[in-house]
Amino acid sequence: MSLRSPLGRARGLGSAKSGTQHWWAQRLTAVALVPLTIWFVIAMVAATGSDHATARAFIGNPVTAVLLILLIVATFHHAQLGLQVVIEDYVHKKPVEIGLLLFVKGAAIVLALAAIFAVLSIAFGGS
Amino acid sequence: MATNNRPLSPHLQVYRPQLTSMLSILHRLTGVALAIGTLLLVWWLIAAASGPDAYATAQGFIGSILGRLLLLGWTFALFYHLANGIRHLAWDIGWGFELPTAYTTGWLVVIVSIVLTLVSWVGGYAALGG
Repeated sequence: MSLRSPLGRARGLGSAKSGTQHWWAQRLTAVALVPLTIWFVIAMVAATGSDHATARAFIGNPVTAVLLILLIVATFHHAQLGLQVVIEDYVHKKPVEIGLLLFVKGAAIVLALAAIFAVLSIAFGGS
Repeated sequence: MATNNRPLSPHLQVYRPQLTSMLSILHRLTGVALAIGTLLLVWWLIAAASGPDAYATAQGFIGSILGRLLLLGWTFALFYHLANGIRHLAWDIGWGFELPTAYTTGWLVVIVSIVLTLVSWVGGYAALGG
């Protein structure tokens, strides 16, 4: 016998009010990051010690630029989802917890945007 | 209310450390470390976009002893989190929960992470020399 109300069962959102959305987004980004990370490490090993012109040519290459942006989006989304769980597990003072969550999520957006902007500005030939 | 005399559930420290629990907490630790490590990637990309001087500064830091030590740690963290992440995804589809399997995949993750870290660094130094 289930103790859940028919409405609660239909919505499937549970006590967190967001259902399995967080868990599922973490798995989806994880699956995306498996090939992206393998590509990234191989590319970075090959680019070890590159001078400025070589690095720009590498980053600005259309294929590299798109893969880098995909990597940046998946990485920061995955990272902020993971750090959220760590903070929720270990920080028990509510104001500190909310403050840290805001900081982590804000920093993820700022860093991802900055990294994407850098890639695009190189790809489009700025400076 | 006499809440003080209630029996407490056993705390984490009373359990003998074992491979599975150590790898579990290491997954979290490497995840947090990698989140911090994104700062280096963002710095490197912005430096490359900003100009030769900014890029030289970033490359100078990465090539320093501290930079190399950090990068070595982050390389291992990345491979560990990747390999153990795949182990987690296997659990998510219901595979590998049997105790012997969990230990086998656990040791496999450790070996794969160390080997791939060494291979990448050999490759990196080869790229520098070539």
